[in-house]
Amino acid sequence: MFKYLKQLFSLVAMVAVLFTFTTETMAAKKSKTLKNTQKKGFVRCGVSQGLPGFSNADAAGNWTGVDVDVCRAVAAAVLGDANKVKFTPLSAKERFTALTSGEIDILSRNTTWTLSRDADIGLTFVGVNFYDGQGFMVRKSSGITSTSQFKNGISACTNIGTTTELNMRDFFNSRGISYEPVAFEKADEVVAAYDAGRCDTYTTDKSGLAAQRTKMKNPDEHIVLPETISKEPLGPVVRQGDSVWEDIVRWSLNTMIEAEEYGITSANADSMKTSDNPQIKRLVGAEGEMGAAFGLDNEWNLRIIKQVGNYGESYKRNIADTGILPDRGPNELWTKGGILYVPPSR
Amino acid sequence: MNFKLKDIGPQLITVLAVVLVFGFFTYNAQVNMENRGIDFGYGFLSQESSFDVQFSLIEYDGSHSYFRAYLVGLLNTILVSVIGIILATILGVIVGIARLSPNYLINKFAAFYVEFFRNIPLLLQIFFWYFAALRALPLPQDAEPMFGISFLTIKGLFVPAFIWQNFNVFFYSIVAAIIAIIVIRAHAKKKQETIGKQTPVLLISIGLLLILPLLSFLIGGVRLSFEIPVLKQLATTSFIYEGGVSLPPELIALALSLSLYTATFIAECVRAGIQGVGKGQKEAAASIGLTPNQVLKLVIMPQALRIIIPPTTNQYLNLTKNSSLAAAIAYPDLVLVFAGTALMQTGKAIEIVSITMFTYLSLSISISILMNWYNRKIAIQEK
Repeated sequence: MFKYLKQLFSLVAMVAVLFTFTTETMAAKKSKTLKNTQKKGFVRCGVSQGLPGFSNADAAGNWTGVDVDVCRAVAAAVLGDANKVKFTPLSAKERFTALTSGEIDILSRNTTWTLSRDADIGLTFVGVNFYDGQGFMVRKSSGITSTSQFKNGISACTNIGTTTELNMRDFFNSRGISYEPVAFEKADEVVAAYDAGRCDTYTTDKSGLAAQRTKMKNPDEHIVLPETISKEPLGPVVRQGDSVWEDIVRWSLNTMIEAEEYGITSANADSMKTSDNPQIKRLVGAEGEMGAAFGLDNEWNLRIIKQVGNYGESYKRNIADTGILPDRGPNELWTKGGILYVPPSR
Repeated sequence: MNFKLKDIGPQLITVLAVVLVFGFFTYNAQVNMENRGIDFGYGFLSQESSFDVQFSLIEYDGSHSYFRAYLVGLLNTILVSVIGIILATILGVIVGIARLSPNYLINKFAAFYVEFFRNIPLLLQIFFWYFAALRALPLPQDAEPMFGISFLTIKGLFVPAFIWQNFNVFFYSIVAAIIAIIVIRAHAKKKQETIGKQTPVLLISIGLLLILPLLSFLIGGVRLSFEIPVLKQLATTSFIYEGGVSLPPELIALALSLSLYTATFIAECVRAGIQGVGKGQKEAAASIGLTPNQVLKLVIMPQALRIIIPPTTNQYLNLTKNSSLAAAIAYPDLVLVFAGTALMQTGKAIEIVSITMFTYLSLSISISILMNWYNRKIAIQEK
């Protein structure tokens, strides 16, 4: 009798253990990053040290920008509050180490997606939130209006630790122009040195040039040349090895872009729940079980749209209205002549 | 037996603890890197670097290997350290002696210099000298020539390049002169010790150093011409000098700030050394009829150096390590080129940081060994 009781007891215990395991969703169990984030109560996000329009802190320490909004979207999705983000400003040099060492969980810092970065160093790029290309800035007074006027001996200021250094070499080499690369660790010093006249040209991503121009002593004295010498798809990055977290970040970004496509904004998101279009209903959590696969509730995407807005709202607020790049160019939706095209949420 | 165990027991435990801690970190790093799909290895050193460097002492461009890029950075670090050490030593000795000057103005000026420069963080001084220089220096087209052949501009210092013919003959003549001077000095010292006669060694040395190279020009077929930098227009308002040798402003600003900063500490070492020699020594030397110069050279300095050298070695080490702040102002030193760009392009953080650390360690230990050797040489040999 006693023997059976003991067996019964262990059986009950086993069932209980199994039950607790299954109630906690498989996804959340698999994703260490998600679990840690929910436990800590904030998303750890790596951003730039100050690039207007992308990630920039005001005097009170509030971060704004399209890169910042990606992290806010993830916070809205997994924690329910877009403000629960801890931002860590990183130099170009520090950024990947900070991510791979686990100091941050998302790197959203105008980072170019390249093969070697994706494949080599333990990172995974989840998408593109800004299509960019490298360009050159010169002083208007120099009379240069095209890169074809560059001559031997030109000095070019830029940042270290970026794809810029490599593109610059490819560009000048292919044209047989000898040049002096002057590479600084921080963007502020690059701007200061170029502004002082140390370099004839300043080269980085065109969005960066447009943003940094606003910081110069006299922005009107400088122009960005029309040529684009490289493809720079910028996007958020996560650590390799946590595919659920990777999916959460990817689909948080996709949700923002797709919401714009279907005309869902932070203002009308709630009313869209009763839309006739099933795709719209899925995007606001009124149809299907879109969050279950990530271990999230069903309104994760609604929260993103309500708290952060769609991609168009984010772009307008951060980049267009601040006068950095009023024209969306390639960063317009595919339906409006741009190349923003994301897989459907379904 | 018991006695032995008691003796080595604590040491064994210490060694074990150190091994365990290191083992834990190594194992931890290995596991984490494996989990995140990061490979470990030094194979990247032979890959093409594909980035250019602004200033290099050896031939280098992006088609060379990462190892070559490492050498470029290392040589640039050594260059700025050597320039910095030489300038800091000269300035430090002058200021150190000036602080002991009976002249009120010189004394106070030296004291002000020391207190001012050693109490401002070095990084700020580097930024100051770099950006102040950038703001103050003229654009290439506005630069006034110095001695008609050199130009100090915002884009760097442009000086004439030497173009030699039969340079080896000239080089051998200098070597011959130096060997001759060493022999003559040894001979003169012996002569003074045996028969008490002095030889004008300094005059002979200068003569030799002038005459032998001169002879190489006259009969050795050595020819020297200069390539003077010429202004070249790149665009309406953009100019550069071509030809000659150009020193980037980053190097100048870094060497200047490093030596101005370190010289203050060396000056204090020098002052301490001179003050550390007993007053009686000086008075005794004067009383046997030595001239003030002889007192300094033969009595004070040999004793002061023993006090000066060890702390000055520390300053040399500090200067070398501080040169890694170069990254802030784009001087392509080891940290900027190798632990900066190369690290970013390869993502090999542990490998590159370990190589960089090991390199600085080797540099510092080399300086230490050299200075310790010198210190032993000048120390009092007790007979």
